[in-house]
Amino acid sequence: MAFRWKNDLTEKDITPKQLWLNRRQIIAAAGASVVGMPALAQSLEPNTLSDIRSYNNYYEFGTGKEDPAQNANKLDTSNWTIKVDGLVDNPGDYSLADLLGGLSVEERIYRFRCVEAWSMVVPWNGVELADVLNRVGVKSSAKYVAFETVVQPDNMIGVQRRVIPFPYVEGLRLDEARHPLTLLATGIYGEPMANQNGAPIRLVVPWKYGFKSIKSIVRITLTDKQPPATWNLINAREYGFYSNVNPNVSHPRWSQASERRIGGGLFASRQDTLMFNGYDEVASLYDGMNLAENF
Amino acid sequence: MIIDRINRAARKIPAWPVYIVGSLWAGWLFWLGLTGGLGPEPINTLEREYGSTALQLLVAGLCITPLRRYAGLNLIKYRRALGVTAFFFVLAHLTIWIVLDVQSLSRVWEDILKRPYVTIGMASFVLLVPLAITSNNISVRRMGAQWRSLHKLTYPAVLMGSVHFIWLVKGWPIEPFVYFGAIVVLFAVRLDVIQRMSRG
Ligand code: HEM
Repeated sequence: MAFRWKNDLTEKDITPKQLWLNRRQIIAAAGASVVGMPALAQSLEPNTLSDIRSYNNYYEFGTGKEDPAQNANKLDTSNWTIKVDGLVDNPGDYSLADLLGGLSVEERIYRFRCVEAWSMVVPWNGVELADVLNRVGVKSSAKYVAFETVVQPDNMIGVQRRVIPFPYVEGLRLDEARHPLTLLATGIYGEPMANQNGAPIRLVVPWKYGFKSIKSIVRITLTDKQPPATWNLINAREYGFYSNVNPNVSHPRWSQASERRIGGGLFASRQDTLMFNGYDEVASLYDGMNLAENF
Repeated sequence: MIIDRINRAARKIPAWPVYIVGSLWAGWLFWLGLTGGLGPEPINTLEREYGSTALQLLVAGLCITPLRRYAGLNLIKYRRALGVTAFFFVLAHLTIWIVLDVQSLSRVWEDILKRPYVTIGMASFVLLVPLAITSNNISVRRMGAQWRSLHKLTYPAVLMGSVHFIWLVKGWPIEPFVYFGAIVVLFAVRLDVIQRMSRG
């Protein structure tokens, strides 16, 4: 099951494609001024590890972008177990070794788009969630997968301050969870996942806004009902269950038409946001669905 | 007593250094943003730094009268400098937002109309403009009593600035509510003063 997705975002692949893309834009912009071209702002080189580790949303450790980097060192990731329950053949408390042992860890360079209209490119290391689901055995009645983040009140300042309800929960439809793009990631740049990035294991769903990619997972539940999702519970008008990246559905707080790549400095330009964050291969999952209503 | 000592010192220290310190602080933050000192996303960080400094200065300005009234601390001569500096930080906040953050005038307009937290921030700014323009001796002299009524706009402007802050955060962080609470308390104190004056 692993290696079902070909990584088109290696640095080797990207450069020629980028040149080609730019050339096409130059043609499209012929006659228009050259100044307005996004050009290099669209480059898809991964962000530096330092960017990835210092600009995070992880409300358990505070609401500021720099808070997780400062506070997440308190997270206790020793003896990590993940409870797998619900509509599965082999429920139980799994250690990471039990859950992932023997599966192929791949490097996947994905665009990562936050609902706050910023983005990064992250070289994840992880396994396909589908492989893990096969290992625990999904019953045929299951339709959704629910996830839960660890709560360690003594170690988590945001939990003490109750900035949002905890534990943080998220969910995917089973076909989304089984899509080859969907990862359980355990590292970045070949290094173990930093706590602020969701150590020791987190979800990565690159065609959805970042908050869907739940961090520090302690529970995976297979269910036949659409599971709760934290931001949707807080404000259903602003955050839908699907939360697919969609430049055409404006959010009450942020226009989603464009985004800013992190790492471009004080004069970074904006770039257009792509439907499904550029992962068109997932479009068929939503055939016949109105994505403006199911946002 | 410490109050007397501060009052005596205040008589000697002029107000103009407030402008100098304000400009240096704004410039220093910008420099940090240019050189990586504000983290990997300096635009939003700088925007927020300027916004918070503006709000802090406005709240500081609101404290001056109650401090004199209840603590005998006379810092009135710094009030205008605090207000005008606050206005410059709001202006910097707005400029960063338009030029570096949104980068498109049509989207600026769209955001002002569509996003309530921006609408109320802009409303606050609009109220602050006439106050900044009339913050000079000539206006004070020419306008007389009108000047005092006009400058009561400070209250709705600051309140809207703090509501803007509450509106833009997600979840329930403490900070914006601390500002809001402080402003409400300062208002209450002010109303109390007015009532007592009208009774007495
Ligand atoms: C002139 C119109 C204004 C606009 C368009 C505006 C826009 C913004 C934006 C876009 C943000 C950042 C939101 C985010 O990061 O998601 C922000 C934050 C902020 N603004 Fe404004 N603002 C305006 C006026 C004001 C005024 C008048 C004040 C103060 C009196 C103010 C105080 C703040 C504060 C305190 C923050 C948050 C800072 C922090 O997070 O620490 N803003 N504003």
